[in-house]
Formats: sequence, C-alpha cells, structure tokens
Amino acid sequence: MDWEMVVGLEVHSQLLTKTKIFCGCSTRFGASPNTQVCPVCLGLPGALPVLNKRVVEFAIKVGLATGCTVAPVSRFARKNYFYPDLPKGYQISQYELPILEFGHLDIEDDKGAPKRIGITRIHMEEDAGKLLHPDVPGADYSLVDLNRACVPLLEIVSEPDIRSAGEAVRYVKKLREILVYLGVCDGNMNEGSLRVDANVSVRPRGREKFGTRAEIKNVNSFKFLEQAINYERERQIELIEEGGTVIQETRLFDAAKGVTLGMRSKEEAHDYRYFPDPDLLPIVISSEEVEKAKELLPELPDPKRERFRTSYGLPALDADVLCSARELADFFEEAVKLHSDAKAVSNWVMGSVLKNLNRDGFDSVAFSPVTPAMLAGMLDLVKNGAISSKIAKEVFEEMWTSKKSAEAIVKEKGLTQISDTSEIEAIVDAIIAKNPSEFERLKGGDAKLTGFFVGQIMRESKGKANPGLVNELLKKKMDS
Amino acid sequence: MKELVKKTGHELRGLLDKKEVTSVEVAKAFLGRIEEIDGELNCFLTVTADLALEQAKAADERITSGKAGPLTGIPVGLKDLLVTKGVRTTCASKILENFIPPYDGTAVAKLREAGAIFPGKLNMDEFAMGSSNENSAFGPVKNPWDLTRVPGGSSGGSAASVAACEVPMSLGSDTGGSIREPAAFCGIVGMKPSYGRVSRYGLIAFASSLDQIGPMARDVEDAAILFKAISGFDPRDSTSLNPPAFDLKKALNPDVKGLRIGVPKEYFVEGMDPEVESAVRKAIAQLKEMGAEVKEVSLPHTEYAVAVYYIIATAEASSNLARFDSVRFGMRVDGKDLIDTYRETRAAGFGMEVKRRIMLGTYALSAGYYDAYYRKAQRVRTLIARDFAEAFREVDVICTPVVPSVAFRHGEKIADPLQMYLSDIFTIPLNLAGLPGLSLPCGFTKEGMPIGLQMMAGFLQEETLFRAAYAYEQANDWRRIPALGEVK
Repeated sequence: MDWEMVVGLEVHSQLLTKTKIFCGCSTRFGASPNTQVCPVCLGLPGALPVLNKRVVEFAIKVGLATGCTVAPVSRFARKNYFYPDLPKGYQISQYELPILEFGHLDIEDDKGAPKRIGITRIHMEEDAGKLLHPDVPGADYSLVDLNRACVPLLEIVSEPDIRSAGEAVRYVKKLREILVYLGVCDGNMNEGSLRVDANVSVRPRGREKFGTRAEIKNVNSFKFLEQAINYERERQIELIEEGGTVIQETRLFDAAKGVTLGMRSKEEAHDYRYFPDPDLLPIVISSEEVEKAKELLPELPDPKRERFRTSYGLPALDADVLCSARELADFFEEAVKLHSDAKAVSNWVMGSVLKNLNRDGFDSVAFSPVTPAMLAGMLDLVKNGAISSKIAKEVFEEMWTSKKSAEAIVKEKGLTQISDTSEIEAIVDAIIAKNPSEFERLKGGDAKLTGFFVGQIMRESKGKANPGLVNELLKKKMDS
Repeated sequence: MKELVKKTGHELRGLLDKKEVTSVEVAKAFLGRIEEIDGELNCFLTVTADLALEQAKAADERITSGKAGPLTGIPVGLKDLLVTKGVRTTCASKILENFIPPYDGTAVAKLREAGAIFPGKLNMDEFAMGSSNENSAFGPVKNPWDLTRVPGGSSGGSAASVAACEVPMSLGSDTGGSIREPAAFCGIVGMKPSYGRVSRYGLIAFASSLDQIGPMARDVEDAAILFKAISGFDPRDSTSLNPPAFDLKKALNPDVKGLRIGVPKEYFVEGMDPEVESAVRKAIAQLKEMGAEVKEVSLPHTEYAVAVYYIIATAEASSNLARFDSVRFGMRVDGKDLIDTYRETRAAGFGMEVKRRIMLGTYALSAGYYDAYYRKAQRVRTLIARDFAEAFREVDVICTPVVPSVAFRHGEKIADPLQMYLSDIFTIPLNLAGLPGLSLPCGFTKEGMPIGLQMMAGFLQEETLFRAAYAYEQANDWRRIPALGEVK
C-alpha cells in the first residue's frame, strides 16, 4: 500500500532573556546546580510569580515574524502534574488563550516547490528543572537541579502539514533561523535551547482521516529529528501492515540505536487539569503595541535574501551565505556602504573573512578583528591601484592580527604598488638582459614564456610592480 | 504591670511615646500572658520569645531616637501561614512541621520594618481550611469566652489570642470568612481587605483568587492602623493593586450622617439564631438613629455562593497544595518508588479536611468535569460580583450578620462537613466578589457569647467601611475581655 505520513511539530525554544520568566534569577547556562534559584522558582510556599515583560516582547516579535495574530487578551494557565523536576506541582503555561495563533512558515517540499506550513499557536511557558541520575553503581537516588526551572520558553505548535522528515527538518531550520535573527533565542540545540517534539502518524495516501499518532519527545538535533521521524514512519507502517494498531503514546528517540521507544503507557496518561492561573493577571496587548513592535521588527532572512539579489545584483549563493546570519548580512552591508563594489565585498566576506573566523573558532562575524570599514578601506586601495589583489591578501592577514588599517599597513611595510613606468622599465630591462635567449624565443612567438618573464619581474619588484604596467612594458619591448 | 496586656495597640503607643513604659516591658507582659494561659487556649504553635525581646530592644532604641512609627514596639501575632524568615512556619500541618522558610512574606516584612514585635506564630485550621479551628494538626484552639466552644476558623488562633490578651493585635487570612467568622466568635474586630490591597507574597496559598491577609484587633482603630501598615502595592504580587493610600483620618470619623446602609433581604434567613438576628437588627437601627440612611437591597445570587466557593476554592487548593510533594522541603515518607513516596508523604502529612478538599478540587478540574463545575462556577462568581456592584450603586455599606449563630461547641459540626461549610454562608460572597468586609462585636447572647456584625463596602472603599465600624463602635461598649482574660 502507498502510505502517507503526517507530521506536526512542537518546538520549544528557550528565550534569551537575562532573567527567568517569573522571577529575577539569572538564566545563564552551565552554572553549578541550584545556584540560580529563589523562593519563586523553587516553588517555596507563599512565593508568587511575576511575569517578565521581556518574554511578552519576544513572543510578539516571533508572532509577527511568523504571520501570527497577537491576541489582545491572553492568559496563563496551570498544567498540573507531579514530577520531581517540577517544583510547584504545576507548570505555568498557556492553554485556552495563547498569546499567538494562526501563523505560518514557508519552506520547500522535497521536490523544491514552495510549501506553507501552518502554525496553530505559539504560547509562553516556564521550563522545568533537570534530574541528575548519579553515575554510581547501585545508587538509589536522583538529584534535582532547578537552575533551569522557570526559564522562559516559547512553544511553537505547527499544523499537521508536514509530510516528510525532510520537510520537518527544513521547517525547524527555518524557524531556528528566524528565532536567531530576531535575537530571541540562541538556537543552540546542544544546550537544549531548541527542542522538538514530533507527532507522527501514517495513513493510506488519499484518505482524509488521520491515523493514530505517536509523540516523539525532546529531539535535539536535525539529524536525530530526521532519523526519528523516518524510523517512526517505518515502524508504524510495518505495525499496521502486520495487522497491529498504533497506540497513542509518548516515545523517546534513542540516538545510539537510532530507534524510538515507548515511554509511558496509556494508563499513566496525564489529566493535566488546566485552569487559569489565579496568581497572574491576563496579558493585555493593545494594537498600538503591536504596531510599534512591527516597526521595530528587523528585516527577516527571506526578504533580505531577495533584496541582496536585486539591489546588489548578487548571485543567489552569495545572498544565501551572507543572509544566513543577521550580523554577517549587516557586516556586508556596512562595508558596501563604504565600498560600492558589492560583488568584491561579497567575495572577501565569503572568502577571507569567513575562512579566518572558522580557522580561529569563532561562530559569528561579531568576533572579526577586521571591521567592515577596514575591509572597505582595503578594497579601495585595490580599486585605485595602490595595491594588487595579491598584496591585498597579505594586507588582510596583517589587518586580522594587528587590527591596523590597510592604509597604515601598506605605508608601514612599503607595499605600495610600483606604478612608475621608468622604475618598472628598469626592472624589465634588467630581466631581459639576464635572459636574452628566452627573450628571443618570446619574441619568436613562444607565448608560454610571458608567464616566466612576468614572474621574474614581479619577484624582482617584491610583488609591488603594477601587473598591468608590467604586461604593457613587456609587450612594448617585444615590439621594439 | 499586668494591666498592660489589656491595652490596645494605640493605647500602648501612647504609653510608649510618653516613655511610661518600654517596649521590652510590653513584650515581657504579653509573653508572660502567653506563658500563663496559652496552655489552655492552644493559640500559639511557635512562641518566639527571644526574637520578640530582641525586636523590643531595637524598638526602644527607635523610640528613643524619635523614629517610631505607629507599630514600633507593638506585639503582633502572625497566623502560621505567613512565611517568616528563620521562624518555623507550619500552616498547622504535619507536612510542614519542621519547615523554616528562608524569606519573609511582604506583610511580615512591612511589620518588621515598622518595628513591630513578633511573639510567635498562631494556630489555625490546617492550610486555612475550616470554620472551627478543629483541623489543626497540632490540636484545636479554644474559645476564651467558653473553653468548650470553638474560636472559629481558620484564623482561630489569631482571633482567640487577641480576645484573650495574649497579643494586642494579629494578622489572619480570609479566604471565605476566616478573619470575620473567628472575630465574631471571639468578640473582636477582624477585617478582610479588598482583593489586591494587601500583598499575598509570603501567604501560603489556599485559594489564590480569594485569599487576603487582614488585621484582627480589639478595636476598630487598631484594625485600621494595622491594615494601613500592611497594605500597598507589591511588585512581587501580580494581583497587587496601587490605589491611593488609605487615609486613617477619614477612616476614623465617627460621623455616619448621610451614610447609606443596605440590608440584603437574602441574609436574614430562617434558621438563624434569633439572638444573632436581633442584635444585628438593633445595630442597624442604631446606625439609623445616628443619621445613616437604611434601605433594603438585594443580592439575588447569594444562595449559590457556598457551592461556587467550594468549587473554586478547592480547585485552586488542589493545585496550590501540589508543591507539598516531599522533594524540596517538609516531611518525607519514603515509598517503594517515586509515585509511592508522593502518595505516602501526602497521605501521612495532610489531615482529613485538606485531603477532602484536594479531592474535590481535583475532581472539579478533571477532564470532562471542568465545564460542568469549574467554568460554571466562575460564571456564577461573576454574577455574584455583579450583584454587589449593583447594590453598591445604591448604598455605601451593607450590614449583615457574620455567622448565623454564635460560636458552636467543639465536635458539634466536625462530623458534618456540609453543615460546617454552611456556617460561612454570609462571609463567602464577599470573597468571591473581592470586596472589603469587617466583623465587629454588636452584642452578647444570654449565655455570654459574643455576636458579630458584618459590614461590607464597595471595592477599595476601606475608608467608608472603617468609618461605619468606628462610628458604631464609638457609640457602644461591646469591647470586653472574657472572664478567662481577667488579669490575675
């Protein structure tokens, strides 16, 4: 039978606020266990939550970037369940009235055709803590680290519009790119800043009714997401074809074995007993606030790519690379403002700049010692003939280490290109005098020797001779 | 100076300021009184004599340097659901028997900063659930007017300790009448502020949308002073309000000319103790004589209030009490696995009434029942609030009985929870509407038990509420001390 898979994703993204969603504790990753906690995030008796306004600002940004409607009134609800990493015995989340609804993301399907994936809702919630299981044989206890408890999350819930693992990965990549662009999430999947739950079901192609779904929890890499969805697809098809039925359950992806495993049975299914949290007031957002947020919204990756192609005349590849990160695109544009040859700037950014950042282990152009102005200054020198592009490479490396301007380096090291005809002519004559027989052969039509002579002349001038002039003078000598 | 314990807070203020007495002497007098009679009353769960004396010393220094406020050097008892830094806070539950909080709640912190003295933590119904103070895991409190009777709940310890002169004033909390009912049963003044006027930060929650901390005192003036001290906006409580500051002068004005008083017909029901009804009606008639205008008003949804309350309050409680899971604080009974440890701990740690309410609330919120119970209850709650809003367009203050009866006997209602729940019928609607209310003595029965008069006012109209109460109190002399309270 021809099976069709249906996938819906729930992406949890940790927001880049300095403090937690309901208290003033730091959200910094990697601190010693239970050092970033207070009565509120510990759920001590009597403590009350107070909403961090930043979280709402971030949510509105994400909503606008994904075409969502911002609810004029939304509110927090309690999701009740017992678990040792959940201090209050309930998680403060949103249920009936989420802050954002009815959005979408545009991706490409497996054939490269444009496809729109619906976003059902996006809501704010707090994270839980983390259980640490001691690596001690026979240990009959676990430890709890509550540093992460009460850290702000946005849960982004898609429509079941995804039909393949490839689409799922492209959707999450697109989402991640937007979140990072907006500066609301660092997108670091290793540290759990972005976690994905995938709801997977299969149905005979053409049937409208969905099959029973299984939810794969907490997948934290694109590779695992792809593997988990594909595995789950095959598992369910095989199960049905063998006469079995898929049960609605939560499954975990075992990355080592590449399989999904049942986590808890249906009997233990939770009744979360959601109800509005009486400790928090409804969140009221005016249309003016939304309008203001719209004005402050940065240009998003897709429109930026389009603009880079049209207004700078860059090839699609260049636009893709430059727009992959907001700072990189900004770096490029700042340089272009000072040096108008967009393609030349693009070549240097995509070449030397990215290569050096990569070599030095930096993941953002923000760390580049060469500023856009320095790069533009160097390109000006190339353009007006002060240095050759070969010298430019040397100058660039020097800028990278010394952080001096190209002009200063060229001056200091005497790298200015020799464009004085008489000076170059003297060198040309000297080289011809040294190699009379080769020169005769060149004159006789052995074009290969041009390279030999240019090379010799350049070496003699320590690379400073203007290559155009060298060629011109050499030609003049051959003709005389 | 044994007469000291009979003084109200403002009377003590006068003595302290005139240097006729020191706050150390005041503290010692009240601590002595506690030592003398609390064995009989069981008001205190924790006595913090050392802390009180230390605070008294600091208060004396403050008074000497001329920096004393209205409460500097005045002892204030704290209901044991108010979180106190470094002082055991039990909520009268075994599950918190040894819980020592690392922080002060806002009301407590404000009193501390004002220089008040904390003699200890007061007994209550476990997690504030009850109307008789018989649900404390550490034994019931007795009514100082008659030791065979209950002091009312859940702020029974806060009320009885004030009535018996163990403290001049105390803080209680009122979720469905838990300040007003024990105040009435013990013959003192108890006041529940408008919801949001006093920060709930550091109040161990029973039902978050209803709970409010309030003052309990032997007269209206003390209640007003204590209310002023604890009220105000708190950035730590999202439901906290920031209205104009409470004006003590306006509140303590004995003139009721032109004040419009409403009497809701739904509050004078059959089955009410005739002595209670008669005392309350007399009080209303007296206010009229003093120049107030009295008219009948209607609060048509009153009959649903108790049902609505027991859905909303238990629903919130079932969630609020989930944090008592033995993981981070409080008692732990080890079970065979994680779930079993939760079960064993909560089975051993919570009393009957708390368990009953957790189960009720869990049921009301569970899938399939939410719409029928919780959602519907919220809708009726809105109707009840609307009733009050309508009524307060017509009148400034509503006068009713606090409880249909006077203090009942220990054991009388504990076996019949429904009967017990119905004793809060006159106090609950106010919590559902978030309005301020006050209970003050308006007479005694032939048997000598105090009768309470309830006054309610519109949202944030505390000044009007206190004014009506102050005027009535000034025109009467119901401020008495029980026989047990006679200072030997």
